[in-house]
Amino acid sequence: MTGMVALYIFMLAAFTGYEVISRVPVILHTPLMSGSNFVHGIVLVGAMVALGSAATPLEKTIGFIGVLLGAGNAVGGYVVTERMLEMFKSSGRAARQRPH
Amino acid sequence: MPGGISADLAIQASYFLTAVLFIMGLKRMSSPVTARSGILWAGAGMLVATLITFLYPGMSNYGLILPAMLVGAVLAWWSGKRVAMTNIPQMIALYNGMGGGAAAAIAAVELYRGGTEGYASTTLAVAGGIIGAVSFSGSLIAFGKLQGLITRSIRFRGQQLLNLLLLAVALVLGALVAAHLDASLAVVTGFFLLALLLGLTMTLPIGGADMPVVISLYNALTGLAVGLEGFVLNNAAMIIAGTVVGSAGTLLTQLMAKAMNRSLGNVLFSGFGDTGTAATGEVSGSLKPIEASDAGVMMAFASKVIVVPGYGMAVAQAQHKVWELSQLLIERGVQLRFAIHPVAGRMPGHMNVLLAEAGVPYDLIADLDEINAEFETADVALIIGANDVVNPVARTDKSSPIYGMPILNADKAKNVIVIKRGKGAGFSGIENALFYLDNTRMLYGDGQKAAAELIQAIKAVE
Repeated sequence: MTGMVALYIFMLAAFTGYEVISRVPVILHTPLMSGSNFVHGIVLVGAMVALGSAATPLEKTIGFIGVLLGAGNAVGGYVVTERMLEMFKSSGRAARQRPH
Repeated sequence: MPGGISADLAIQASYFLTAVLFIMGLKRMSSPVTARSGILWAGAGMLVATLITFLYPGMSNYGLILPAMLVGAVLAWWSGKRVAMTNIPQMIALYNGMGGGAAAAIAAVELYRGGTEGYASTTLAVAGGIIGAVSFSGSLIAFGKLQGLITRSIRFRGQQLLNLLLLAVALVLGALVAAHLDASLAVVTGFFLLALLLGLTMTLPIGGADMPVVISLYNALTGLAVGLEGFVLNNAAMIIAGTVVGSAGTLLTQLMAKAMNRSLGNVLFSGFGDTGTAATGEVSGSLKPIEASDAGVMMAFASKVIVVPGYGMAVAQAQHKVWELSQLLIERGVQLRFAIHPVAGRMPGHMNVLLAEAGVPYDLIADLDEINAEFETADVALIIGANDVVNPVARTDKSSPIYGMPILNADKAKNVIVIKRGKGAGFSGIENALFYLDNTRMLYGDGQKAAAELIQAIKAVE
């Protein structure tokens, strides 16, 4: 990837993030923060590649910690986000699930 | 080698798919109707990217990769499943810190093994490394504070100067590495240790009330660090996902700071947040108590009731009882809604999560802007566990620390019932003028017990 192309990707991704989040209601701030926290859990694949190319014991140790932390970020971020969003129900759905 | 080429193509195509799924997932997460499916989309993207990475050309050490993944995943799964909804903010901080640490670890491995080629790549690795390390140690402090492990905010004179000094030395070491002048073990190690220390000293002085903004900021920083390390590894999925989160997180941080009536600079550098400025304004009038039976009757015969819950309700675990009470009123034909202040709960939107947990449908929950005009036509405003966010001095008293903060106009309702454990000022130590108004009645007692008594009172009305 050449420098300029990388710069373009960076710019477009930055604007995308901004656009995707703007106009989000306050009610979703916490779940959305948690959701974006999950998305940067993609760091896991980078940590896998880094550990996959580590040679010395020091590199392997740090790489191991990196993969462990990255997996924690991805899995933990997913679990708490999913738990929160699962609870959001509209009146219609809540009424169907809880007949009086 | 045709096998290598097709594996590479499969990896690139999968990462592309992952980026698309992430962006669409985030988009869906920004509306309550589609939010649930959003996390599933993003989750599918993560799964695709993780699986395909095992095919990466030239990978070794699978005997280390798999156990590391397993340990991290199991610990996170276990903690994420059992954490109470009230403690979600600190778990977000913890998982976010892990991501920052992983980004810093990638930088460290690449710098130690001299895996970066050219000045640009090394500079990006260094930049991602310092940001990731700060986010890692800073997030751990934020976790400790919200979890109650760290109760004091450590402040001393010259603290900002020390932080600046740490940053400057870390940057000098980073520049030595980036300029390929000295990338020795000692310099790289010193660089990372200073960055970790900086995260600690930056976060320790910040008070608990400001932590949500700080967590959101570190979330954005981790995203940025991941994006930067993505450039180093030439990994498009990391570049796009990291950058998207970096910018989305920055916007979210600004929105949160605004909702809390604070500026980001204020949060980071003023050391407020657990304010000691207990400016108790003089309030005239008296507190007028009410019995639960009378309050119940008042609400049963109202045509419009607005419930204003605060974090106190969640602490008392009263949200289920409050929803039961609300359902009784709705069945009687009362028009009922919940009014949520942006800072109700531990972070903006947290109260919505807590109410959702109790089963309250989101369309009964209204934001400040949506509901504020409706208080004037409400017969009863029921305040439970909220204090500062309904204090009218925020509108009138310029000397008050909460002056200028947008509040819920509960004082405009025809009757106000305040459920409160006892007399005493709110979180900020400010006397609440609302409690002394002529149309306000105080219902003393524990939130859960008071709500149960109200339920009995309403059931008795036939």
